[in-house]
Amino acid sequence: MQFSRTKPPVPPNETGSANRNSSLEAKPLRDLVRSFIRHRSAVIGASLVVIFILCAIFAPLLTPYEFYTSTRETLDDPSAAHWFGTDDLGRDIFTRIIYGARISLWVGFVAITGSIIIGSFLGLVAGYYGKWQDSLISRLFDILLAFPGILLAIAIVAMLGPGLNNALIAIAIINIPTFGRLMRSRVLSVKQEDFVLAARAIGMKNSRILWRHILPNCWTPIMVQGTLGFATAVIEAAALGFLGLGAQPPQPEWGTMLSDSREFIQLAPWTMIFPGLAIMLTVLGFNLLGDGLRDIFDPRMKQ
Amino acid sequence: MVLLDVRNLQKSFPVYGGMFGKKTGEVRAVDDVSFTVEEGEVLGFVGESGCGKSTTGRTMIRLYEPTGGEVIFDGKNLFQLSAGEMRKTRRDLQMVFQDPFASLNPRQKIANILEEPLIVHGIGTAKERKEQVQELLHVVGLNPFHGERYPHQFSGGQRQRIGIARALSTRPKLIVADEPVSALDVSIQSQVLNLMMDLQEQFSLTYIFISHDLSVVKHISHRVGVMYLGRMIELSPRDELYSKPLHPYTRALLSAVPVPDPEAKRKRMILKGDVPSPEKPPAGCAFHPRCPHVFERCREERPVFEDAGGGHMVACHLMEKGG
Repeated sequence: MQFSRTKPPVPPNETGSANRNSSLEAKPLRDLVRSFIRHRSAVIGASLVVIFILCAIFAPLLTPYEFYTSTRETLDDPSAAHWFGTDDLGRDIFTRIIYGARISLWVGFVAITGSIIIGSFLGLVAGYYGKWQDSLISRLFDILLAFPGILLAIAIVAMLGPGLNNALIAIAIINIPTFGRLMRSRVLSVKQEDFVLAARAIGMKNSRILWRHILPNCWTPIMVQGTLGFATAVIEAAALGFLGLGAQPPQPEWGTMLSDSREFIQLAPWTMIFPGLAIMLTVLGFNLLGDGLRDIFDPRMKQ
Repeated sequence: MVLLDVRNLQKSFPVYGGMFGKKTGEVRAVDDVSFTVEEGEVLGFVGESGCGKSTTGRTMIRLYEPTGGEVIFDGKNLFQLSAGEMRKTRRDLQMVFQDPFASLNPRQKIANILEEPLIVHGIGTAKERKEQVQELLHVVGLNPFHGERYPHQFSGGQRQRIGIARALSTRPKLIVADEPVSALDVSIQSQVLNLMMDLQEQFSLTYIFISHDLSVVKHISHRVGVMYLGRMIELSPRDELYSKPLHPYTRALLSAVPVPDPEAKRKRMILKGDVPSPEKPPAGCAFHPRCPHVFERCREERPVFEDAGGGHMVACHLMEKGG
C-alpha cells in the first residue's frame, strides 16, 4: 500500500457519517420537536398534562367559589351554577378538583424530583465505583423493592404520622430504587465507553468525569421514567389520601374526596365520578407523555 | 535520550466461572514485555487481534492497573506515583483511540472537548485557551466554526482529527496511538497518517503506534515491535525488520502481506492451527505449537528476548548465539 504525502487541498469533508451509537447521539432539538409533534399519543398526553397544570395555576380565576366554603346546597346535581355538583358539605366539586390539581401535581413533582435526585446519586455511585459501594446500595434498593410500594408508603406514613408532607416523603422514598437502578444500569454501560477512558487518559478527576461525561449521557431514560413515575406518584398520593393518611380535610385532595364520597355513591354519584376522572386523566396524561418520550428518545424501544 | 523504559510489564485479567463466580483462571494479556522508546521516535507495535498490543499500550500508561513490571517515563516510575501525581503526569502522556465514534463525548461541543484537557491541567487563561482551541483546529485541518458543532456532525476521519487534536492540546511528550486509523476508510487512513507524521515533525512528538496493519506501521514507524500471545517476540529498526525478519512468526506475518501485483509469485508461509488461548499459553516458546522450525528446547524453555546484533531484538532459540 502506498501513501502519498501530499496533503489534500481542502480539509476532507467526507459525507455519510454513520451514527453507530445512536442512543448516545445528541439529536438536534429541532428533530426532537418534530418527532414529538408527529407522535399522536405524546401530544394528547402533553395536552392533558398542560390542561391540569393550567387549572392548577389559574384555579382562583376559574371559579367563583372557595374550596373550603360550605353552603346549604348539599349534594346538589351538576348544574350551571355547580358544574360538577356539590358534596355533602355543599362545597363546589369543580372548585375542589381544580384546587386538588395543585396538590396532586405538587406532590408528584416534589416527590419525583426528590427520588430522582437521591436515586440518581446513589445509582451513579453504585454504577461508577462498583465494589462494596455497589453491593451496599444495590442491597438497599432490594430491601426497598421487597415491599409492595403502597404498603411501604403506609408504613412510612404510619411512622411519621398522617399528613400531606409525610405522604410526599413516603412517595419519594418508595420511588428511589426505580430511579437508582435505572441510573446504575445506565452508568454501567456509559462508563465502558471510550470517551470515559479518554477522559481518564487526559487526567481528569473522578468527580469531573462523573459530572461532565457520565451524567449528561444518562439523563434521557431518567427523564422518561420520571414522567411515568409522576403518574405513579399521583396515584400513590390519592391512595394515601383515600386511606386518610395523606392530605387532611379540608384540603381538596382527590383521593380524600373519593374517600369522602363513599357514603353517597348511590345518592350523588358525581361526588365520586369527578375526582376519579381527574385522577384517571392526570395519570393517563403522564403515561401517554412518558411513553411518547420514550419512543422519541429511544427508537429501539418501539413496538 | 530514552523517554520511556518499560521493563517486564505484565497484565493479567482474572477469569470468573463456575457456580459461584469464583476466579477460575487468568488471561495473561501482557506477559513480560520490555522495550524502550527514544525521544522523537515512532515505535510501532504489530500483531494480530488479541495479542495484547492494545492492552500493553493501556497498561503502561496506567489506564489499566498493571499486574507487574515497571515503567519509567521521563525519569518517573509511573507505577509508583500516587493517583494525584499520575493525573498530573498525564499532561505529558496522551492517547489517541481506535474508534472515533466512541471516543468523543456526544454531548460536548468540539471546542469544549479540546479545551477540557487545558482546564483540567490549569493551562492558560480562558482567553488563551480559546485561542489555543482555534489553533488546534487549524493544525489538524479543521475550520474555526467546527468548534461549535457536536461530534455526530462529523465523519469518521474528521472525528479522528478531533481525537488527535485533543491528544495534542497539552503538548504532550508521548502519544500512545491505539489503532488510530483502523476504523477509517483506506482513503482517509492515509490522510490521518500523514497528518500524524506532519505533527510529529512539527511538535517533535514521540509516538507509540499500535496497529494490526503491517503497511501502516511500516509507513510511520522508525522501529517496529511484533507481539504474539502477550509477548514481544521481535523488535528492530523498521527496514531491518521488513527486509530481514528473524522470528519465524514475523516471517509468516510478512509473507501474508498482499502484494499489489497479480503476476507476482510469492512464497507464502502458511501457519497451521490457531493462536492458543492466552488463558493456557503453551510452555516454553509461545509460538512453538505452530512453528515450522520447532525443536525440543522450544517446548521446554522460554526463549530470552535479546539482541541478535545491531539492535535487532528477538526471542527465539534459533537465533541465540551458538544456538
